[in-house]
Amino acid sequence: MHMADALVIPAVAGTMYAASTAAAGYSIKKVRLMDEPEKIPVMGVMGAFVFAAQMINFTIPGTGSSGHLCGGMLLTAVLGPWAGFLAMVGILLIQCLMFADGGLLALGCNIWNMAFYGCFVGGLLIWKPFMKGGVTKKRITAASVAACIITLQMGAFSVTLQTLASGVTQLPFSVFAGVMQPIHLAIGLVEGIVTAAVLGFVYEARPEMLWTGNVTGVKKEGRFGIRKTLVILGAAAALTAGVLSLFASALPDGLEWSMERTAGTAELEAAGSVYEAAERIQTATAILPDYGFSFSDSGAGTSVSGLLGGAVVIGLSVAACYAFKFFRRGKS
Amino acid sequence: MAGLGGAIHEIHSLENLAERGTFLCRIHPLSKVLVTIWYLVLVMSFGNDDISGLMGMALYPAVLMITGDISLKAALKRMRPLLLMVCLIGAANPFLDRRACFEIGRVTVTAGMLSMVSLLLKNGFAVFASYILIAATTMEQICYALRKLHVPQVAVTVLLLIYRYLVLMLKEAERITQAYGLRSPGEKGIRKSAWGSLAGQMLLRSVDRAHMVYESMLLRGFRGEFFPGGEFVPVWQSVCYVLAWGGVLLLFRVVPVFRMVGSLLMM
Repeated sequence: MHMADALVIPAVAGTMYAASTAAAGYSIKKVRLMDEPEKIPVMGVMGAFVFAAQMINFTIPGTGSSGHLCGGMLLTAVLGPWAGFLAMVGILLIQCLMFADGGLLALGCNIWNMAFYGCFVGGLLIWKPFMKGGVTKKRITAASVAACIITLQMGAFSVTLQTLASGVTQLPFSVFAGVMQPIHLAIGLVEGIVTAAVLGFVYEARPEMLWTGNVTGVKKEGRFGIRKTLVILGAAAALTAGVLSLFASALPDGLEWSMERTAGTAELEAAGSVYEAAERIQTATAILPDYGFSFSDSGAGTSVSGLLGGAVVIGLSVAACYAFKFFRRGKS
Repeated sequence: MAGLGGAIHEIHSLENLAERGTFLCRIHPLSKVLVTIWYLVLVMSFGNDDISGLMGMALYPAVLMITGDISLKAALKRMRPLLLMVCLIGAANPFLDRRACFEIGRVTVTAGMLSMVSLLLKNGFAVFASYILIAATTMEQICYALRKLHVPQVAVTVLLLIYRYLVLMLKEAERITQAYGLRSPGEKGIRKSAWGSLAGQMLLRSVDRAHMVYESMLLRGFRGEFFPGGEFVPVWQSVCYVLAWGGVLLLFRVVPVFRMVGSLLMM
């Protein structure tokens, strides 16, 4: 399914490079978030393993022909979709440069057709849901075969679209797709069975090695849980607002200082009925004008305003977080 | 792609080619990568029937293969993996697009024929260009160029590690298949009952090896950065290489040089 440079025009190649770069950028971000530096050599060695293992012929019983394992699916099942995608990109680049298997200009198309579908569609939309109810050998087989068939069909369809969009062939869409899809259906089935056999072995030998969608690291609990963190933050805010605000500087802040230097005053005079009306509303509603009690000049006013402000800000932040979570849950 | 033994041989021969120390090998890798991409973009931007314009682009591979002592035979061999697909896609063109363009003797050349030839030429030029790049640049240097292009370190490190362990894995796969072949004579590939255990064992060993590799890398002070081996020509020469090829290729893309020379000769 590796596309040659001659099959794409620069516009199509550029578009697919942009799409693949976006997917790679997202994968890099995810891998960084996981913060598992020991995974990087595993990605490299796994990439090399897939490269070599793809060259081993597995005899298909009763046909006399042979098949290979599906790199994208295997990498995703072991490394997860993001790390698997990056390893696939490396494999495709080496295949293109060292073995002329796929063009350099068409690399964006090849990454999309094989790595994107294999890792993201195969990993996130097929493998992960299959593993949701627990990993079993039957599920591994079903997920591998389904993922290989579907992702190869998508890849082959993309090859058809990219070639036709480039205008390099006179083949009608129906004929081109009619040739590409059935061939890759058979290849997908064979690759799925071979991949399932390998993953089944890994499951029996070391089940913890398989990626099941429970992303470690990203959702990893920190040293403190959310409740503990909120309590500590609340206490720190109360301490800062209630005690340290007593020592708040009486000197002007940066903006006031600049205004004083340029306009000669820290507060600009505004004239007009609109300003006067706004000032009246502010005076009537302000609980703690100028961070103090309106009836007293004591420092307690500053502390109370600090505590109140801190509580309001924390309350609003927590409410915003819960609102965000609520809408996000609603979306998914 | 050739078999496991062929792949190992290919990698070693390319490494040897790139480490010869010729002028082309010593040009900064970033310059070579940029010129290659520029060349590919220009070649693929030609229309399907502009054969004479496309022929002008033969200059780049011809000059570099001659001056860089790069074998044409080896370059032609590399066309095999993609040739089948290109031929399959292009073969229909002469039958489906029969618009007559011109005649050579009694043969009417159709638009479909031209587009088929154009497709094959483009494929050939693209394969030659990438071969010239890899025959004059080591993989480490290409990774270095990618870092210079601000490709994130994670991606480049993974690429370099895949390359580093490729030969090791290929040799291991070759040993395994050879051992299997000796124990089961007459079999064409690996039988179904051994599919999982054969590749699975190799996979488990690979992961264990990866952890050991990482630990030894850390012990040797690896912090994610790497430096390319070999000496490069002065920067100005690499810049001149980019500017010169960039200009010449653009000229050949915009001006139909071959057609102009042909009409001058016919005058």
